[in-house]
Amino acid sequence: MKPPAFDYHAPGDLGEALRILAEVRGKVLAGGQSLIPMLNMRLVAPGHLVDINRLTSLATIDSTGAGVRVGALVRHSAAERSAAHPLLTRALKLVAHPVIRNRGTVVGSLVHADPAAELPAVLAVLGGSVRLARWDGGAETTRDVDAGEFFVGPMESAVQPDELAVSAYFPALGPRTGATFEEVARRHGDYALAGVCAVVTLDEDGGIAAARLACIGVGPTPVVMDVSEPAAVREAAVDRVRPDGDIHATAAYRRHLVGVLAERALRNAVREAEARGA
Amino acid sequence: MEHEITLIVNGTAMRATVPARRLLSDCLRHDLGLTGTHVGCEHGVCGCCTVLLDGEPVRSCLTFAVTVDGHEITTVEGLAPEGGLSPVQRAFAECHGLQCGFCTPGFLCTVTAFLRDNPTPTDEEVLEGISGNLCRCTGYQNIVKAVHRAAELRAEEA
Repeated sequence: MKPPAFDYHAPGDLGEALRILAEVRGKVLAGGQSLIPMLNMRLVAPGHLVDINRLTSLATIDSTGAGVRVGALVRHSAAERSAAHPLLTRALKLVAHPVIRNRGTVVGSLVHADPAAELPAVLAVLGGSVRLARWDGGAETTRDVDAGEFFVGPMESAVQPDELAVSAYFPALGPRTGATFEEVARRHGDYALAGVCAVVTLDEDGGIAAARLACIGVGPTPVVMDVSEPAAVREAAVDRVRPDGDIHATAAYRRHLVGVLAERALRNAVREAEARGA
Repeated sequence: MEHEITLIVNGTAMRATVPARRLLSDCLRHDLGLTGTHVGCEHGVCGCCTVLLDGEPVRSCLTFAVTVDGHEITTVEGLAPEGGLSPVQRAFAECHGLQCGFCTPGFLCTVTAFLRDNPTPTDEEVLEGISGNLCRCTGYQNIVKAVHRAAELRAEEA
């Protein structure tokens, strides 16, 4: 249970980090709460580790009326305390345990792209994006990747080996909009067997104008769906997902769960929207 | 390749020469001889190795020593002055909050920071606060009692 040897790089600023990544194309270490267990269990053995913990310029949360930009060194606990985005705050309380959240980062969870993780679903349901930076010979260049293209497969994101995810953008909830996250896990703090994140916007008369779900643990990436018939949301979710069975739950049970959770999430998101009002 | 690092452990600057892959838990135990920090699962599940990093509880088995070069670490050895016990330690002793004691250093560090941030927690908040620490023999009832008792002791001494 000891990590394999690697070459360690500890850049002091973003430019240095990007130049090192361009040269060695190593694995980025931020909070390490997923990467270090994988190293300890020898599931991964990168030749180079680029530790971004000294890039304090990436530890910022910028909040505007339009949305929240979370830097790559913002710990889960700092994002949770900032309460900058109600859905992100709600989802963060479901991520592991408080002590893990003191170290783990929001952007790290996105890049790790675990199919059962909460934060990818939040980015996906909101239609957010991730900003990637790389060193292009003589200068730093960036590109923004939408959530829809960011999550490529299980534990695989669109980040290229010479790129660093520098921030993630979570669009704000609009007026008359509520959001919630519901999941079922074997034990509090475990990865969920299945989970559903819902965002609902009400019309002037209190009816559902738009509803969107992102389901986790039931596909290689978060399964995003627009709900056209709220009364049939359970059936729609069950039809849409293709879960795998494993030691924790069968595929049939996960499929059942996602239906129940979709209905519950939609109902609670409507309540939230009513409570938030205009 | 070896790295020269300095950690401020329990208020004292300590130097060590470690490979990059040295976990903070192993650095504390093997390089610095502070065996109070226990190592259980080494993948972040059990919480035995919890220490305070710049005052915040973290898993020392999920932190590289080189990453925290120059930072302040508090281990179970540093929770109380030499020979004494902190309110949290006294409460665990009083309430039978430990039996074999293997998980105790992690609980003590976690609870010390938890009560600093939330001096009068509810039952539910205590459960959430210690949810990342596993105990396999004492049982959680007395640990929860100890956390509430520690809150009382802290208040009395404030």
